[in-house]
Amino acid sequence: MAMSSDEEYGSDQMMSDDELDADSLGELAGNLDSDYDNDADDDQFLENMRDDKPQKPAYEVDYTTLSDAELRNKQKEQVEDVRHILGQPVEQTAILLRYFKWQKERLIDKYMDDPDKVLEDAGLGAEWNDDPKLEKVRGFSCDICCDDDAEMNTYSMRCGHRYCADCYKQYLENKIMSEGESGRIQCPTDGCSRIVDSKTVRLLASPKVLARYGELLNRTYVDDKPNLRWCPAPECEFAVDCAVRQTELHKIIPTVVCNCGLRFCFGCGHNDHQPCPCALMKKWLKKCEDDSETANWISAHTKECPKCVSTIEKNGGCNHMTCRKCKHEFCWVCMGPWSEHGTNWYNCNRFEEKSGEEARGQQAKSRASLERYLHYYNRYANHDHSAKLDKDLYVKTEKKMTSLQSSSGMSWIEVQYLEAASTALQQCRQTLKWTYAFAFYLQRNNDTYIFEDNQRDLEMAVEQLSELFEKPADQLAASRKEMVDKTAYVGHRRRILLEDTANGLRDERWQFTTDIR
Amino acid sequence: MANLPKRIIKETQRLTEEPVPGINAVPHEDNLRYFDVSIHGPSQSPYEGGIFRLELFLPEDYPMCPPKIRFLTKIYHPNIDRLGRICLDVLKSNWSPALQIRTILLSIQALLGAPNPDDPLANDVAQKWKEDEKTAIETARQWTRTHAMS
Repeated sequence: MAMSSDEEYGSDQMMSDDELDADSLGELAGNLDSDYDNDADDDQFLENMRDDKPQKPAYEVDYTTLSDAELRNKQKEQVEDVRHILGQPVEQTAILLRYFKWQKERLIDKYMDDPDKVLEDAGLGAEWNDDPKLEKVRGFSCDICCDDDAEMNTYSMRCGHRYCADCYKQYLENKIMSEGESGRIQCPTDGCSRIVDSKTVRLLASPKVLARYGELLNRTYVDDKPNLRWCPAPECEFAVDCAVRQTELHKIIPTVVCNCGLRFCFGCGHNDHQPCPCALMKKWLKKCEDDSETANWISAHTKECPKCVSTIEKNGGCNHMTCRKCKHEFCWVCMGPWSEHGTNWYNCNRFEEKSGEEARGQQAKSRASLERYLHYYNRYANHDHSAKLDKDLYVKTEKKMTSLQSSSGMSWIEVQYLEAASTALQQCRQTLKWTYAFAFYLQRNNDTYIFEDNQRDLEMAVEQLSELFEKPADQLAASRKEMVDKTAYVGHRRRILLEDTANGLRDERWQFTTDIR
Repeated sequence: MANLPKRIIKETQRLTEEPVPGINAVPHEDNLRYFDVSIHGPSQSPYEGGIFRLELFLPEDYPMCPPKIRFLTKIYHPNIDRLGRICLDVLKSNWSPALQIRTILLSIQALLGAPNPDDPLANDVAQKWKEDEKTAIETARQWTRTHAMS
């Protein structure tokens, strides 16, 4: 079938996009430059290393991207499958499957137990084979518009609730276009749970409404199936099929790349947040939302009372502080008790006093946790910001590519390394950003050191590449080799870091300061 | 109003010709989509003896969309908030174009007879209702006396 070959193509392309980057880069460089042997060897070396472990990297998951047509086909296939077992027509099987959220086995089980009940529950009821027709009924008056014209077309489903065709049509249009309903539209009669089947919609609705109906039905398929998720990119119409379950998200971060190019997490739909698991990512974002700016301000403008640890802002006056809460009197400058200051309160000269030191120590402790958070947050925010700048950089890259083409006489294909470098940069920044959220929740042990080393190496490599990138266009040509090297290197460092964190997650080796289940 | 749909004309006619006991709905002369409604509190409920005034408006899409209804008289009820808005399924997701003004008003009358604190709109009232039903009912009676019996 055409389907399966499409799928294979999709999955092949998806599975190894990181390797593809490095490989195509290597090839490209090889074509360009005959002194390129060194790097080709390196690549060869990496390749061999990879051969030792035949499976795909631990941080990647299997998935396929499905287009609108493929989704429709999938539904058709399943309907075909089940229809023969149930001995029901296509329309009816589709309704049944939707009613059971596409859980085939459950439908078949229930149906075998009590077919009439299943049909009734799904809003179908018995005999159903004829095509629906519009009819003219003498003496009929429509309960919706109160019209009673004898020439008026009317329609009813098997439930027998009859309305004029115009009202029925308007009702469907309202449900489909305004309320976005599709598979669960009921008969217009209050309390009648019969579901409007697609034959009826096809008979009554205008082509525009019908098209929307099809789209919405498609959508319910993706929404109902736990192994499918829409690509969150605006206006992207692809869905991704991935077998990772919600209950596994503490062990794996199922990162996928849609055909539209968006890299996102299948588990939560957020942009790529490797190596930080979904639960930590959410906690971190929440924390940043409430905390970051406030925390910055608190750190800059306040101190804690040495006795009760209330946060105090000194907004004027002398250094003789009296805590509003516990009435403790202390000196703002040295944090020692005021009683020891005698009459020298104009100028604190008691820095080395022991009691002051203790108070400062206590303050330091509560400050330290704040400082710790800010440490990670600032780095996180920095990469976030740089990643945004990278978007601008991407635009600049294109300009640079054109100017490089004209100034150095290189061909279009020869300047592609700039784009590769830019892509690698963006990807690594995204990863780096989340390593800081990951690190914030990490408990310190020996594994942490390895992680931090990996993080440092990647960060260093990224900054170096970023620096190369900023060079004016006329110097870019000269640093091509260096840039290609660095691009391959950052990709490599990123893979190492992700591999290590993903393995750790899978083996539940990381210890976090918070629960990630 | 030349272009008032037949459905609304018929409904209005029926409402005046065969009124529902305990319910009164009269359209404004200058806007036939806007009704002044009054509902008698059902017997054996804390609202008994009270007459509650409501406003009802039939939007452009009526009957494809439900009418908009709001209590004007203050009422102590877990499914009706301080602005008089009503939490009732048939006014929202369970609306059907085959329903009518009279059926909706009957549903509202029924809601007065059977408050549902498990699906609250006025959270404070609902909580009171669940914790101490006796006092809540007494409060509802008092509100009925002060606001709905003049």
